[in-house]
Amino acid sequence: MAKMSLGRKPDSMSIVFIVLGALILLFIFAPPLKTIFSSSPGALWNTLLEEDVYSSILLTLSAALIATLIGLLLGVPLAYLLARHQFRGKRFVEAIIDVPIVIPHSAAGVALLFVFGSNFLAGKVLHSTGIGFFGAFAGVVIAMVFVSVPFLIDSAKEGFKAVDVRLEKVARTLGASPWRSFFRISLPLAGRSIFSGSVLMWARGLSEFGAIVIIAYSASFLGWNTKVLPVLVADRFDFGLDYTLPVAALAILISIAIFITLRTIAYKGEKA
Amino acid sequence: MITIKNLKVNLGDFLLQGINLDIEPGEYFIILGPTGAGKTVLLEAIAGLYPVLEGEVWIDGREITNQSPEKRGISIVYQDQALFPHLSVEENIAFGLKMKKYPKGETKSKITAMAEVVGISHLLKRSPVTLSGGEKQKVALARALVTEPKVILLDEPLSALDPETKEGMQRELREMHRRVKVTVVHVTHDFEEAIALGHRVAVLNGGCIAQVGTPGEFLRRPNSEFVARFALSRNIFSGRAENGLIDIGGVKLRAITESRGEVRLSLRPEDILISPEPLQSTARNCFQGVVSDIADRGSVIYVTVTLPPDFICVITRQAFDELRLRKGVKVWITFKASAIHVF
Repeated sequence: MAKMSLGRKPDSMSIVFIVLGALILLFIFAPPLKTIFSSSPGALWNTLLEEDVYSSILLTLSAALIATLIGLLLGVPLAYLLARHQFRGKRFVEAIIDVPIVIPHSAAGVALLFVFGSNFLAGKVLHSTGIGFFGAFAGVVIAMVFVSVPFLIDSAKEGFKAVDVRLEKVARTLGASPWRSFFRISLPLAGRSIFSGSVLMWARGLSEFGAIVIIAYSASFLGWNTKVLPVLVADRFDFGLDYTLPVAALAILISIAIFITLRTIAYKGEKA
Repeated sequence: MITIKNLKVNLGDFLLQGINLDIEPGEYFIILGPTGAGKTVLLEAIAGLYPVLEGEVWIDGREITNQSPEKRGISIVYQDQALFPHLSVEENIAFGLKMKKYPKGETKSKITAMAEVVGISHLLKRSPVTLSGGEKQKVALARALVTEPKVILLDEPLSALDPETKEGMQRELREMHRRVKVTVVHVTHDFEEAIALGHRVAVLNGGCIAQVGTPGEFLRRPNSEFVARFALSRNIFSGRAENGLIDIGGVKLRAITESRGEVRLSLRPEDILISPEPLQSTARNCFQGVVSDIADRGSVIYVTVTLPPDFICVITRQAFDELRLRKGVKVWITFKASAIHVF
């Protein structure tokens, strides 16, 4: 790819753009950094040992992980259909997928409750089998799926689109059924996009507050009655900044650490 | 072998229809047509990769119109080769054998043998991404042939290659066909390629088959403007080559070629000079003949000079007037050895 180098004597536009770019980078980077360094490592460690906090971290990470797995199972097939087929109403379907991104998340929580609450529709059916959503782990999961699955579907769709359809056709003529051609050719070749979509979905799920606070403000999880990290941070803010700061710092640290790790894995794959 | 009856396929902005073809077992069959004539789609329809609106496809006396592609025993090689980029060359070739559940040992020996046939044994461990155009083409051929298909479909297999590689690949294809004895359906927009390789050629134009015949029939009796235009753009002869001399029946042409034995060759009409007297020049070919036909195309004039055989020459109107050419006039034609393209 051709790159324009910022030569020895940058012109005035480049200088202005660099300054503006630096400002926005600082704006993004400074608050999390300041938060992390505002607590001593000892204080962070002590906070981590609080039952409230570690149960919350476990709940958040595992609920986001399960949400992502559900997203993979249900979202990847849809992404493939959208990438490969033209049909009437396709634009409408694509618009529907992005609905969770544009509606306020607390409203989304209310809407989910309306379908999955024990008095309504799907909730009634599932409730009779013992799965409850209100104030439950499952509620946290569906809230996370709802708000974050568009990122996975969109990314997987772009991934499948980039796979030449002729590769699948050749595979078919060589004796592969549609299933085998999908699993041997399309899926591995779109793998990186699906993986980065999953990382995005997981990260988005981790950070969800609005929908979860409505549907599962607190949830019973492995014997604890605990809250997801974003809710815990907001909760503790009621008692003062000093009280919430270490939790916020932990939340940021964990998210960034995981994000960087996964990005590194994905990037490594690219180089190989 | 393959019979196509009244096939109709929707190409989006037009229809391919009334396609009837009868391809013999072991035949090297060419479908010739301009870009955008629907050649690739026709191949995909034969392979079961593109929906057929009407008509039937038969293979070995069985109707397969609605059979899924993996059960047909028809392989396809695309113009851009479509090698699986995440698999090595060896894994690419092994793919079909794996799908057909060949035992491991047999897979290995088949790959080794096929790699030998197409000359890519040294490339097996490489990633297809790192190969040259010609190498990719050979890998794609090996991948398609190794499963022993009844028919192999080639979609413009030579057009992505540079001219030198192309000539070599053309020889390879002929060689491959002689050794493997598979039925080949090859689509191209290149007239010379069609004449060089095809036992028979079908011309596809405007959504239907304009003519089917052997290369010889094409050149002698083009039955459409479209075919005639193709045929007029070249003088094409067959003959016997020996030591750079090619005997085309009556005259021996001096050419720059290493080939021996049966060859075909072409000569562009614009590369031939017409003069009233023999020319003293560096051009190695100079023969006397009689003007037997004159076709006026406005700014240029096509003059047929019969030695025999017939040579078609193209000259400007001004030259035509100055030389006072008429039917029956004796003239000399001159062209360089390097103007002869042997294929």
